[in-house]
Amino acid sequence: MTASLRSRILVTALLGVIALYFLLPVYWLVIASTKSTGSLFGSSGMWFSDMRFLTNMANVFTYDGGVYLRWAANSVVYAFVGATASTLLSAAAGYALAKFAFRGRETVFNLVLGGVLVPATALALPLYLMFAKLGLANTYWAVLLPSLVNPFGVYLLRIYTAAAVPDDVLEAGRIDGASEARIFFSVVLRMVTPGLVTVFLFQFVGIWNNYFLPLVMLSDPKLYPITLGLTSWQSFADRQPELYQLTIGGAFVSVVPLMIVTAVLQRFWRAGLTEGSVKG
Amino acid sequence: MTTTATAPARAESTRPRRAAPRRRRGRLAPWGFLAPFGVLFLLLFLAPIGYAVYQSLIRIDRSGPLGLGRAREVFGGLENYSRAVSDPAFVASIGRVLLFAAVQVPLMIVLSTVLALLLDSASARWPGLFRGVYFLPYGVPGVIATILWGFLYVPGVSPIVDGLTAMGLPVDLLGGGSVLWSIANIVTWAFAGYNMLVIIAQLKAIPGELLEAATVDGAGPLRTVWHVKLPLVRPALVLTTVFTIIGTLQLFAEPLVLKPLSTAISFTYTPNLSAFNEAFNNNNYGLAAAESVLLALGAFVLSFGFLRLTGRRRR
Repeated sequence: MTASLRSRILVTALLGVIALYFLLPVYWLVIASTKSTGSLFGSSGMWFSDMRFLTNMANVFTYDGGVYLRWAANSVVYAFVGATASTLLSAAAGYALAKFAFRGRETVFNLVLGGVLVPATALALPLYLMFAKLGLANTYWAVLLPSLVNPFGVYLLRIYTAAAVPDDVLEAGRIDGASEARIFFSVVLRMVTPGLVTVFLFQFVGIWNNYFLPLVMLSDPKLYPITLGLTSWQSFADRQPELYQLTIGGAFVSVVPLMIVTAVLQRFWRAGLTEGSVKG
Repeated sequence: MTTTATAPARAESTRPRRAAPRRRRGRLAPWGFLAPFGVLFLLLFLAPIGYAVYQSLIRIDRSGPLGLGRAREVFGGLENYSRAVSDPAFVASIGRVLLFAAVQVPLMIVLSTVLALLLDSASARWPGLFRGVYFLPYGVPGVIATILWGFLYVPGVSPIVDGLTAMGLPVDLLGGGSVLWSIANIVTWAFAGYNMLVIIAQLKAIPGELLEAATVDGAGPLRTVWHVKLPLVRPALVLTTVFTIIGTLQLFAEPLVLKPLSTAISFTYTPNLSAFNEAFNNNNYGLAAAESVLLALGAFVLSFGFLRLTGRRRR
Protein backbone atom coordinates (compact mmCIF):
# COMPACT_ATOMS: atom_id res chain seq x y z
CA MET A 1 0.00 0.00 0.00
CA THR A 2 1.81 3.13 -1.14
CA ALA A 3 0.28 6.51 -0.56
CA SER A 4 0.48 9.02 -3.35
CA LEU A 5 3.37 11.48 -3.26
CA ARG A 6 1.01 14.40 -2.88
CA SER A 7 -0.69 13.08 0.24
CA ARG A 8 2.71 12.15 1.69
CA ILE A 9 3.95 15.71 1.29
CA LEU A 10 0.72 17.21 2.62
CA VAL A 11 0.54 14.99 5.71
CA THR A 12 4.23 15.38 6.50
CA ALA A 13 4.02 19.16 6.14
CA LEU A 14 1.04 19.24 8.49
CA LEU A 15 2.87 17.07 11.02
CA GLY A 16 5.85 19.40 10.73
CA VAL A 17 3.77 22.48 11.49
CA ILE A 18 2.24 20.76 14.51
CA ALA A 19 5.74 19.79 15.66
CA LEU A 20 6.72 23.47 15.56
CA TYR A 21 3.84 24.23 17.95
CA PHE A 22 5.01 21.60 20.43
CA LEU A 23 8.62 22.76 20.17
CA LEU A 24 7.97 26.52 20.37
CA PRO A 25 8.10 26.94 24.19
CA VAL A 26 11.15 24.69 24.37
CA TYR A 27 12.91 26.70 21.65
CA TRP A 28 12.07 29.91 23.48
CA LEU A 29 13.38 28.38 26.74
CA VAL A 30 16.69 27.40 25.14
CA ILE A 31 17.16 30.93 23.71
CA ALA A 32 16.04 32.65 26.94
CA SER A 33 18.39 30.55 29.07
CA THR A 34 21.36 32.20 27.34
CA LYS A 35 20.30 35.79 27.98
CA SER A 36 20.94 38.38 30.63
CA THR A 37 17.96 39.80 32.48
CA GLY A 38 18.26 43.01 30.45
CA SER A 39 18.14 41.37 27.04
CA LEU A 40 15.41 38.97 28.20
CA PHE A 41 13.11 41.97 28.14
CA GLY A 42 14.94 44.05 25.56
CA SER A 43 15.60 41.69 22.65
CA SER A 44 13.61 39.38 20.39
CA GLY A 45 12.65 36.16 22.13
CA MET A 46 13.28 34.17 18.96
CA TRP A 47 17.02 34.71 18.63
CA PHE A 48 20.20 34.88 20.75
CA SER A 49 21.48 38.23 21.88
CA ASP A 50 24.19 37.88 24.54
CA MET A 51 25.74 34.53 25.42
CA ARG A 52 25.46 34.23 29.17
CA PHE A 53 24.45 30.58 29.34
CA LEU A 54 27.25 29.39 31.64
CA THR A 55 26.92 32.36 34.00
CA ASN A 56 23.17 31.75 34.18
CA MET A 57 23.66 28.07 34.95
CA ALA A 58 26.24 28.86 37.62
CA ASN A 59 23.75 31.29 39.17
CA VAL A 60 21.00 28.68 39.22
CA PHE A 61 23.18 26.19 41.06
CA THR A 62 24.72 28.60 43.56
CA TYR A 63 21.82 30.93 44.40
CA ASP A 64 20.69 30.81 48.04
CA GLY A 65 23.38 28.29 49.04
CA GLY A 66 22.64 25.89 46.20
CA VAL A 67 19.01 25.37 47.12
CA TYR A 68 18.18 24.37 43.53
CA LEU A 69 20.26 21.20 43.78
CA ARG A 70 18.46 20.34 46.98
CA TRP A 71 15.07 20.74 45.23
CA ALA A 72 16.27 18.54 42.38
CA ALA A 73 17.42 15.87 44.85
CA ASN A 74 14.07 16.08 46.66
CA SER A 75 12.18 15.63 43.39
CA VAL A 76 14.28 12.56 42.58
CA VAL A 77 13.70 11.08 46.05
CA TYR A 78 9.94 11.70 46.01
CA ALA A 79 9.49 10.38 42.48
CA PHE A 80 11.88 7.41 42.65
CA VAL A 81 10.98 6.09 46.10
CA GLY A 82 7.28 6.79 45.64
CA ALA A 83 7.07 5.21 42.20
CA THR A 84 9.11 2.12 43.16
CA ALA A 85 7.12 1.38 46.29
CA SER A 86 3.73 2.13 44.75
CA THR A 87 4.49 -0.08 41.74
CA LEU A 88 5.29 -3.03 44.01
CA LEU A 89 2.15 -2.45 46.10
CA SER A 90 0.04 -2.19 42.94
CA ALA A 91 1.60 -5.36 41.52
CA ALA A 92 0.77 -7.36 44.67
CA ALA A 93 -2.78 -6.03 44.81
CA GLY A 94 -3.28 -6.50 41.07
CA TYR A 95 -2.02 -10.09 41.35
CA ALA A 96 -4.43 -10.84 44.22
CA LEU A 97 -7.35 -9.43 42.22
CA ALA A 98 -6.36 -11.19 39.00
CA LYS A 99 -5.41 -14.69 40.14
CA PHE A 100 -7.34 -15.49 43.31
CA ALA A 101 -11.05 -16.12 43.68
CA PHE A 102 -12.16 -14.87 47.08
CA ARG A 103 -15.22 -13.35 48.63
CA GLY A 104 -15.35 -9.61 48.31
CA ARG A 105 -13.02 -9.51 45.31
CA GLU A 106 -15.37 -7.56 43.08
CA THR A 107 -16.24 -5.15 45.90
CA VAL A 108 -12.57 -4.43 46.45
CA PHE A 109 -11.98 -3.98 42.72
CA ASN A 110 -14.94 -1.62 42.37
CA LEU A 111 -13.65 0.46 45.29
CA VAL A 112 -10.27 0.72 43.57
CA LEU A 113 -11.95 1.67 40.29
CA GLY A 114 -13.97 4.33 42.09
CA GLY A 115 -10.67 5.60 43.48
CA VAL A 116 -9.45 6.21 39.93
CA LEU A 117 -12.32 8.67 39.45
CA VAL A 118 -11.61 10.70 42.62
CA PRO A 119 -9.67 13.89 41.85
CA ALA A 120 -6.34 13.84 43.66
CA THR A 121 -6.68 17.49 44.62
CA ALA A 122 -9.86 16.77 46.58
CA LEU A 123 -7.86 14.43 48.83
CA ALA A 124 -4.96 16.79 49.47
CA LEU A 125 -6.81 19.15 51.79
CA PRO A 126 -8.24 16.60 54.24
CA LEU A 127 -4.92 14.71 54.09
CA TYR A 128 -3.13 17.88 55.15
CA LEU A 129 -5.46 18.32 58.13
CA MET A 130 -4.97 14.67 59.14
CA PHE A 131 -1.20 14.87 58.72
CA ALA A 132 -1.06 18.13 60.66
CA LYS A 133 -2.73 16.41 63.63
CA LEU A 134 -0.23 13.55 63.44
CA GLY A 135 2.73 15.91 63.14
CA LEU A 136 3.50 14.58 59.67
CA ALA A 137 2.74 17.75 57.71
CA ASN A 138 5.82 19.53 56.41
CA THR A 139 7.95 16.36 56.36
CA TYR A 140 9.15 14.08 53.55
CA TRP A 141 6.46 11.60 54.58
CA ALA A 142 3.72 14.13 53.79
CA VAL A 143 4.58 13.91 50.09
CA LEU A 144 5.82 10.31 49.99
CA LEU A 145 2.97 8.50 51.76
CA PRO A 146 0.09 9.72 49.53
CA SER A 147 2.23 8.91 46.47
CA LEU A 148 2.24 5.23 47.44
CA VAL A 149 -1.44 4.75 46.66
CA ASN A 150 -2.05 4.42 42.94
CA PRO A 151 -5.47 2.88 42.16
CA PHE A 152 -4.91 3.20 38.40
CA GLY A 153 -1.73 1.13 38.79
CA VAL A 154 -3.69 -1.62 40.55
CA TYR A 155 -6.26 -1.55 37.74
CA LEU A 156 -3.60 -1.73 34.99
CA LEU A 157 -1.65 -4.50 36.71
CA ARG A 158 -4.75 -6.56 37.42
CA ILE A 159 -5.54 -6.65 33.71
CA TYR A 160 -1.91 -7.13 32.77
CA THR A 161 -1.40 -9.99 35.24
CA ALA A 162 -4.61 -11.72 34.18
CA ALA A 163 -3.36 -11.71 30.57
CA ALA A 164 0.37 -12.34 31.06
CA VAL A 165 0.51 -14.98 33.83
CA PRO A 166 -0.95 -18.42 32.95
CA ASP A 167 -2.66 -20.30 35.79
CA ASP A 168 -0.65 -23.48 35.06
CA VAL A 169 2.58 -21.71 35.95
CA LEU A 170 1.19 -20.77 39.38
CA GLU A 171 -0.16 -24.31 39.91
CA ALA A 172 3.20 -25.80 38.94
CA GLY A 173 4.91 -23.56 41.47
CA ARG A 174 2.49 -24.61 44.22
CA ILE A 175 2.92 -28.32 43.43
CA ASP A 176 6.68 -27.86 43.63
CA GLY A 177 6.09 -26.56 47.15
CA ALA A 178 7.04 -22.93 46.56
CA SER A 179 5.53 -20.48 49.05
CA GLU A 180 2.99 -17.93 47.80
CA ALA A 181 5.46 -15.12 48.44
CA ARG A 182 8.15 -16.91 46.45
CA ILE A 183 5.78 -17.53 43.55
CA PHE A 184 4.92 -13.84 43.51
CA PHE A 185 8.44 -12.49 43.77
CA SER A 186 10.26 -14.90 41.50
CA VAL A 187 7.59 -15.91 38.96
CA VAL A 188 4.80 -13.35 38.75
CA LEU A 189 6.91 -10.18 38.99
CA ARG A 190 9.19 -11.43 36.22
CA MET A 191 6.30 -12.20 33.89
CA VAL A 192 4.63 -8.79 34.33
CA THR A 193 7.82 -6.71 34.01
CA PRO A 194 6.65 -4.64 30.97
CA GLY A 195 3.48 -3.72 32.88
CA LEU A 196 5.58 -2.80 35.93
CA VAL A 197 7.75 -0.50 33.84
CA THR A 198 4.69 1.30 32.46
CA VAL A 199 3.10 1.76 35.90
CA PHE A 200 6.45 2.90 37.33
CA LEU A 201 6.91 5.49 34.59
CA PHE A 202 3.35 6.80 34.96
CA GLN A 203 3.73 7.17 38.69
CA PHE A 204 7.25 8.62 38.43
CA VAL A 205 6.10 11.35 36.06
CA GLY A 206 2.92 11.86 38.10
CA ILE A 207 4.89 12.50 41.30
CA TRP A 208 7.59 14.51 39.51
CA ASN A 209 4.96 16.79 37.96
CA ASN A 210 2.79 17.04 41.07
CA TYR A 211 2.31 20.50 42.46
CA PHE A 212 -0.87 20.62 44.53
CA LEU A 213 0.14 18.02 47.14
CA PRO A 214 3.58 19.48 47.98
CA LEU A 215 2.10 22.99 47.89
CA VAL A 216 -0.49 22.02 50.49
CA MET A 217 1.84 19.89 52.63
CA LEU A 218 5.17 21.72 52.71
CA SER A 219 6.18 25.07 54.17
CA ASP A 220 9.92 24.45 54.56
CA PRO A 221 11.73 25.34 51.29
CA LYS A 222 14.36 22.68 52.11
CA LEU A 223 11.72 20.00 51.46
CA TYR A 224 10.40 21.49 48.20
CA PRO A 225 10.48 19.58 44.94
CA ILE A 226 11.55 21.49 41.81
CA THR A 227 7.98 22.44 40.83
CA LEU A 228 7.35 24.22 44.11
CA GLY A 229 10.82 25.75 44.24
CA LEU A 230 10.62 27.27 40.77
CA THR A 231 7.18 28.76 41.38
CA SER A 232 8.47 30.29 44.61
CA TRP A 233 11.27 31.98 42.61
CA GLN A 234 8.79 33.08 39.98
CA SER A 235 6.44 34.60 42.53
CA PHE A 236 9.23 36.81 43.93
CA ALA A 237 10.50 37.88 40.52
CA ASP A 238 8.55 41.13 40.31
CA ARG A 239 10.45 42.32 43.40
CA GLN A 240 13.82 40.77 42.50
CA PRO A 241 14.15 40.82 38.70
CA GLU A 242 17.23 38.54 38.69
CA LEU A 243 14.86 35.77 39.74
CA TYR A 244 13.31 35.82 36.25
CA GLN A 245 16.58 34.58 34.84
CA LEU A 246 16.94 32.02 37.65
CA THR A 247 13.41 30.72 37.02
CA ILE A 248 14.19 30.31 33.33
CA GLY A 249 17.55 28.68 34.00
CA GLY A 250 16.04 26.36 36.60
CA ALA A 251 13.23 25.40 34.23
CA PHE A 252 15.79 24.70 31.51
CA VAL A 253 17.84 22.40 33.77
CA SER A 254 14.79 20.45 34.92
CA VAL A 255 12.92 20.27 31.63
CA VAL A 256 15.53 19.32 29.07
CA PRO A 257 16.82 16.06 30.59
CA LEU A 258 13.32 14.88 31.48
CA MET A 259 11.99 15.61 28.00
CA ILE A 260 14.80 13.60 26.44
CA VAL A 261 14.15 10.70 28.81
CA THR A 262 10.41 10.86 28.06
CA ALA A 263 10.98 10.74 24.32
CA VAL A 264 13.52 7.90 24.57
CA LEU A 265 11.35 5.81 26.87
CA GLN A 266 8.06 6.36 25.04
CA ARG A 267 7.92 2.79 23.75
CA PHE A 268 7.66 1.54 27.35
CA TRP A 269 4.54 3.61 27.86
CA ARG A 270 2.98 1.96 24.85
CA ALA A 271 4.21 -1.53 25.72
CA GLY A 272 2.33 -1.68 29.00
CA LEU A 273 -0.72 0.13 27.69
CA THR A 274 -1.29 -2.24 24.80
CA GLU A 275 -1.55 -5.17 27.15
CA GLY A 276 -3.19 -3.26 29.94
CA SER A 277 -5.75 -0.52 30.17
CA VAL A 278 -6.94 -0.32 26.62
CA LYS A 279 -7.92 -3.96 26.51
CA GLY A 280 -10.19 -3.49 29.51
CA MET B 1 -10.70 -54.51 67.17
CA THR B 2 -9.33 -51.42 68.70
CA THR B 3 -6.69 -51.10 66.02
CA THR B 4 -9.18 -51.22 63.17
CA ALA B 5 -11.33 -48.66 64.94
CA THR B 6 -8.53 -46.21 65.53
CA ALA B 7 -6.88 -46.55 62.17
CA PRO B 8 -9.63 -44.91 60.13
CA ALA B 9 -10.13 -42.38 62.89
CA ARG B 10 -6.50 -41.42 62.70
CA ALA B 11 -6.65 -41.29 58.95
CA GLU B 12 -9.64 -39.03 59.15
CA SER B 13 -7.96 -36.73 61.58
CA THR B 14 -4.75 -36.47 59.63
CA ARG B 15 -6.34 -35.81 56.26
CA PRO B 16 -8.02 -32.57 57.24
CA ARG B 17 -4.89 -31.52 59.10
CA ARG B 18 -2.81 -31.97 56.01
CA ALA B 19 -5.32 -30.21 53.81
CA ALA B 20 -6.18 -27.39 56.19
CA PRO B 21 -3.02 -25.31 55.92
CA ARG B 22 -3.28 -25.48 52.17
CA ARG B 23 -6.88 -24.30 52.13
CA ARG B 24 -6.21 -21.66 54.74
CA ARG B 25 -3.18 -20.57 52.79
CA GLY B 26 -5.31 -20.36 49.67
CA ARG B 27 -7.87 -18.26 51.49
CA LEU B 28 -5.42 -15.93 53.19
CA ALA B 29 -2.92 -15.46 50.38
CA PRO B 30 -4.97 -12.95 48.33
CA TRP B 31 -5.57 -10.82 51.43
CA GLY B 32 -1.87 -10.96 52.19
CA PHE B 33 -1.10 -9.57 48.76
CA LEU B 34 -3.88 -7.01 49.00
CA ALA B 35 -3.06 -5.83 52.52
CA PRO B 36 -0.11 -3.45 51.93
CA PHE B 37 -1.99 -1.54 49.24
CA GLY B 38 -5.34 -1.99 50.99
CA VAL B 39 -4.23 -0.54 54.33
CA LEU B 40 -2.70 2.51 52.65
CA PHE B 41 -5.77 2.91 50.41
CA LEU B 42 -7.94 2.86 53.51
CA LEU B 43 -5.79 5.34 55.45
CA LEU B 44 -4.75 7.70 52.67
CA PHE B 45 -7.71 7.50 50.30
CA LEU B 46 -10.93 6.48 52.02
CA ALA B 47 -10.17 8.08 55.40
CA PRO B 48 -9.49 11.55 53.91
CA ILE B 49 -12.74 11.33 51.94
CA GLY B 50 -14.57 10.53 55.16
CA TYR B 51 -12.69 13.26 57.00
CA ALA B 52 -13.54 15.83 54.33
CA VAL B 53 -17.22 14.93 54.56
CA TYR B 54 -17.05 15.19 58.38
CA GLN B 55 -15.20 18.51 58.22
CA SER B 56 -17.74 19.87 55.74
CA LEU B 57 -20.51 19.31 58.31
CA ILE B 58 -18.71 21.17 61.11
CA ARG B 59 -19.11 24.78 62.07
CA ILE B 60 -16.71 26.70 64.33
CA ASP B 61 -18.55 28.58 67.08
CA ARG B 62 -16.72 31.28 68.95
CA SER B 63 -18.04 32.24 72.35
CA GLY B 64 -17.40 35.33 74.42
CA PRO B 65 -17.44 39.02 73.49
CA LEU B 66 -16.58 39.86 69.87
CA GLY B 67 -16.24 36.14 69.16
CA LEU B 68 -12.71 36.16 70.57
CA GLY B 69 -13.34 33.41 73.12
CA ARG B 70 -12.74 29.71 72.85
CA ALA B 71 -13.53 28.16 69.49
CA ARG B 72 -15.86 25.18 69.61
CA GLU B 73 -16.60 22.71 66.84
CA VAL B 74 -20.31 22.12 66.52
CA PHE B 75 -22.37 20.12 64.05
CA GLY B 76 -23.55 22.53 61.39
CA GLY B 77 -25.50 20.24 59.11
CA LEU B 78 -25.40 21.27 55.48
CA GLU B 79 -24.64 24.88 56.41
CA ASN B 80 -21.25 24.91 54.65
CA TYR B 81 -22.81 23.47 51.52
CA SER B 82 -25.55 26.06 51.40
CA ARG B 83 -22.93 28.78 51.95
CA ALA B 84 -20.87 27.37 49.07
CA VAL B 85 -23.71 27.14 46.57
CA SER B 86 -25.13 30.54 47.53
CA ASP B 87 -21.75 32.22 46.97
CA PRO B 88 -22.00 33.74 43.47
CA ALA B 89 -18.21 33.63 43.03
CA PHE B 90 -18.07 29.89 43.75
CA VAL B 91 -21.02 29.18 41.46
CA ALA B 92 -19.34 31.25 38.76
CA SER B 93 -16.15 29.22 39.20
CA ILE B 94 -18.12 26.00 38.65
CA GLY B 95 -19.67 27.48 35.52
CA ARG B 96 -16.19 28.45 34.35
CA VAL B 97 -14.67 24.97 34.67
CA LEU B 98 -17.77 23.40 33.08
CA LEU B 99 -17.42 25.76 30.11
CA PHE B 100 -13.71 25.01 30.05
CA ALA B 101 -14.35 21.25 30.09
CA ALA B 102 -17.06 21.52 27.42
CA VAL B 103 -14.48 23.03 25.06
CA GLN B 104 -11.29 21.38 26.28
CA VAL B 105 -12.46 17.74 26.41
CA PRO B 106 -13.72 17.48 22.78
CA LEU B 107 -10.79 19.58 21.53
CA MET B 108 -8.27 17.38 23.33
CA ILE B 109 -9.79 14.07 22.22
CA VAL B 110 -10.26 15.12 18.58
CA LEU B 111 -6.74 16.55 18.36
CA SER B 112 -5.14 13.48 20.00
CA THR B 113 -7.11 11.12 17.76
CA VAL B 114 -6.23 13.04 14.59
CA LEU B 115 -2.54 13.09 15.55
CA ALA B 116 -2.61 9.35 16.29
CA LEU B 117 -4.37 8.53 13.00
CA LEU B 118 -2.04 10.76 10.96
CA LEU B 119 1.03 9.12 12.49
CA ASP B 120 -0.51 5.71 11.91
CA SER B 121 -1.35 6.46 8.26
CA ALA B 122 0.83 5.31 5.42
CA SER B 123 1.32 8.91 4.33
CA ALA B 124 3.33 9.99 7.36
CA ARG B 125 7.11 10.15 7.09
CA TRP B 126 9.32 9.89 10.18
CA PRO B 127 6.41 8.86 12.47
CA GLY B 128 8.80 7.96 15.31
CA LEU B 129 10.35 11.42 15.31
CA PHE B 130 7.01 13.24 15.27
CA ARG B 131 5.57 10.95 17.94
CA GLY B 132 8.54 11.76 20.16
CA VAL B 133 8.19 15.52 19.61
CA TYR B 134 4.45 15.53 20.39
CA PHE B 135 4.99 13.46 23.51
CA LEU B 136 7.85 15.64 24.87
CA PRO B 137 5.63 18.06 26.88
CA TYR B 138 4.34 15.18 29.00
CA GLY B 139 7.70 15.26 30.79
CA VAL B 140 7.23 18.94 31.68
CA PRO B 141 5.39 19.58 34.96
CA GLY B 142 2.19 21.60 34.50
CA VAL B 143 3.46 24.51 36.58
CA ILE B 144 6.70 24.75 34.60
CA ALA B 145 4.73 24.56 31.33
CA THR B 146 2.62 27.42 32.68
CA ILE B 147 5.68 29.47 33.62
CA LEU B 148 7.02 28.97 30.06
CA TRP B 149 3.78 29.82 28.30
CA GLY B 150 3.31 32.71 30.77
CA PHE B 151 6.47 34.30 29.36
CA LEU B 152 5.02 33.74 25.88
CA TYR B 153 1.82 35.57 26.86
CA VAL B 154 3.36 38.66 28.49
CA PRO B 155 3.76 41.70 26.21
CA GLY B 156 7.37 42.86 26.07
CA VAL B 157 8.82 39.38 26.51
CA SER B 158 6.65 37.27 24.25
CA PRO B 159 7.73 37.07 20.62
CA ILE B 160 4.15 36.06 19.73
CA VAL B 161 2.43 39.07 21.28
CA ASP B 162 5.13 41.49 20.12
CA GLY B 163 5.15 40.03 16.62
CA LEU B 164 1.40 40.30 16.24
CA THR B 165 1.41 43.83 17.66
CA ALA B 166 4.10 44.85 15.15
CA MET B 167 1.87 43.45 12.39
CA GLY B 168 -0.95 45.69 13.61
CA LEU B 169 -2.78 42.92 15.46
CA PRO B 170 -2.60 43.82 19.13
CA VAL B 171 -3.68 40.81 21.22
CA ASP B 172 -4.24 40.48 24.93
CA LEU B 173 -3.73 36.83 25.90
CA LEU B 174 -4.18 37.52 29.61
CA GLY B 175 -7.41 39.54 29.58
CA GLY B 176 -10.75 38.57 31.06
CA GLY B 177 -12.14 37.16 27.83
CA SER B 178 -9.05 35.35 26.67
CA VAL B 179 -7.10 34.00 29.64
CA LEU B 180 -9.29 30.89 30.03
CA TRP B 181 -8.40 29.92 26.44
CA SER B 182 -4.76 30.74 27.04
CA ILE B 183 -4.98 28.17 29.84
CA ALA B 184 -6.69 25.73 27.45
CA ASN B 185 -3.70 26.11 25.15
CA ILE B 186 -1.30 25.17 27.98
CA VAL B 187 -3.36 22.11 28.92
CA THR B 188 -3.58 21.03 25.26
CA TRP B 189 0.15 21.49 24.78
CA ALA B 190 0.92 19.45 27.89
CA PHE B 191 -1.42 16.48 27.43
CA ALA B 192 -2.34 16.05 23.73
CA GLY B 193 0.78 13.99 23.05
CA TYR B 194 0.15 11.74 26.02
CA ASN B 195 -3.44 11.02 24.97
CA MET B 196 -2.20 10.49 21.42
CA LEU B 197 0.20 7.83 22.69
CA VAL B 198 -2.58 5.94 24.50
CA ILE B 199 -4.60 5.90 21.26
CA ILE B 200 -1.57 4.85 19.19
CA ALA B 201 -0.98 1.96 21.58
CA GLN B 202 -4.42 0.66 20.73
CA LEU B 203 -4.08 1.36 16.99
CA LYS B 204 -0.94 -0.78 16.96
CA ALA B 205 -2.91 -3.61 18.55
CA ILE B 206 -5.36 -3.82 15.60
CA PRO B 207 -4.62 -7.07 13.73
CA GLY B 208 -3.11 -6.43 10.29
CA GLU B 209 -5.53 -8.87 8.61
CA LEU B 210 -8.46 -6.65 9.56
CA LEU B 211 -6.93 -3.65 7.81
CA GLU B 212 -5.96 -5.75 4.79
CA ALA B 213 -9.50 -7.12 4.58
CA ALA B 214 -10.85 -3.56 4.56
CA THR B 215 -8.48 -2.62 1.72
CA VAL B 216 -9.40 -5.75 -0.25
CA ASP B 217 -13.06 -4.83 0.18
CA GLY B 218 -12.25 -1.52 -1.46
CA ALA B 219 -12.41 0.76 1.55
CA GLY B 220 -10.33 3.92 1.15
CA PRO B 221 -8.19 5.32 3.99
CA LEU B 222 -11.01 7.51 5.34
CA ARG B 223 -13.58 4.69 5.37
CA THR B 224 -11.04 2.40 7.03
CA VAL B 225 -10.52 5.02 9.73
CA TRP B 226 -14.24 5.51 10.28
CA HIS B 227 -15.45 1.91 10.12
CA VAL B 228 -12.46 -0.09 11.35
CA LYS B 229 -9.93 1.94 13.29
CA LEU B 230 -12.17 4.28 15.30
CA PRO B 231 -14.54 1.54 16.58
CA LEU B 232 -11.53 -0.55 17.59
CA VAL B 233 -9.75 2.23 19.53
CA ARG B 234 -12.95 3.06 21.40
CA PRO B 235 -11.70 1.83 24.81
CA ALA B 236 -8.67 4.13 24.51
CA LEU B 237 -10.94 7.05 23.60
CA VAL B 238 -13.16 6.35 26.63
CA LEU B 239 -10.13 6.15 28.92
CA THR B 240 -8.56 9.39 27.69
CA THR B 241 -11.91 11.18 27.83
CA VAL B 242 -12.51 10.17 31.45
CA PHE B 243 -9.04 11.31 32.49
CA THR B 244 -9.44 14.57 30.60
CA ILE B 245 -12.80 15.26 32.31
CA ILE B 246 -11.32 14.63 35.77
CA GLY B 247 -8.21 16.65 34.93
CA THR B 248 -9.98 19.72 33.57
CA LEU B 249 -12.42 19.99 36.48
CA GLN B 250 -9.46 20.04 38.89
CA LEU B 251 -7.94 23.04 37.14
CA PHE B 252 -5.65 24.70 39.67
CA ALA B 253 -1.94 25.08 38.99
CA GLU B 254 -2.28 26.92 35.67
CA PRO B 255 -4.52 29.76 36.96
CA LEU B 256 -2.52 30.00 40.20
CA VAL B 257 0.77 30.45 38.34
CA LEU B 258 -0.75 32.89 35.82
CA LYS B 259 -2.49 34.88 38.59
CA PRO B 260 0.34 37.41 39.08
CA LEU B 261 0.35 38.07 35.32
CA SER B 262 -3.38 38.52 34.81
CA THR B 263 -5.81 40.72 36.67
CA ALA B 264 -8.64 38.56 35.30
CA ILE B 265 -7.71 35.66 37.62
CA SER B 266 -8.95 35.88 41.20
CA PHE B 267 -8.78 33.39 44.07
CA THR B 268 -12.24 32.18 43.08
CA TYR B 269 -11.31 31.55 39.45
CA THR B 270 -11.78 27.76 39.74
CA PRO B 271 -13.47 25.64 42.47
CA ASN B 272 -10.13 24.13 43.47
CA LEU B 273 -8.49 27.53 43.77
CA SER B 274 -11.44 28.68 45.86
CA ALA B 275 -11.20 25.68 48.23
CA PHE B 276 -7.44 26.21 48.57
CA ASN B 277 -7.98 29.89 49.34
CA GLU B 278 -10.69 29.20 51.94
CA ALA B 279 -8.48 26.65 53.70
CA PHE B 280 -5.10 28.39 53.70
CA ASN B 281 -5.85 32.10 53.46
CA ASN B 282 -9.18 32.29 55.34
CA ASN B 283 -8.69 29.32 57.70
CA ASN B 284 -12.22 28.22 56.87
CA TYR B 285 -11.70 24.46 56.68
CA GLY B 286 -15.39 23.61 56.82
CA LEU B 287 -16.26 25.67 53.76
CA ALA B 288 -13.10 24.48 51.98
CA ALA B 289 -14.05 20.86 52.69
CA ALA B 290 -17.59 21.41 51.42
CA GLU B 291 -16.23 22.91 48.20
CA SER B 292 -13.77 20.02 47.77
CA VAL B 293 -16.53 17.46 48.33
CA LEU B 294 -18.77 19.20 45.78
CA LEU B 295 -15.95 19.22 43.23
CA ALA B 296 -15.11 15.54 43.80
CA LEU B 297 -18.78 14.64 43.56
CA GLY B 298 -19.15 16.60 40.32
CA ALA B 299 -16.06 14.96 38.79
CA PHE B 300 -17.26 11.53 39.89
CA VAL B 301 -20.78 12.01 38.53
CA LEU B 302 -19.57 13.36 35.18
CA SER B 303 -16.89 10.71 34.61
CA PHE B 304 -19.03 7.85 35.90
CA GLY B 305 -21.99 9.13 33.85
CA PHE B 306 -19.78 9.19 30.77
CA LEU B 307 -18.63 5.62 31.43
CA ARG B 308 -22.23 4.42 31.84
CA LEU B 309 -23.31 6.24 28.70
CA THR B 310 -20.55 4.75 26.54
CA GLY B 311 -20.89 1.34 28.19
CA ARG B 312 -24.60 1.12 27.40
CA ARG B 313 -24.32 2.23 23.80
CA ARG B 314 -21.81 -0.54 23.22
CA ARG B 315 -24.38 -3.31 23.72
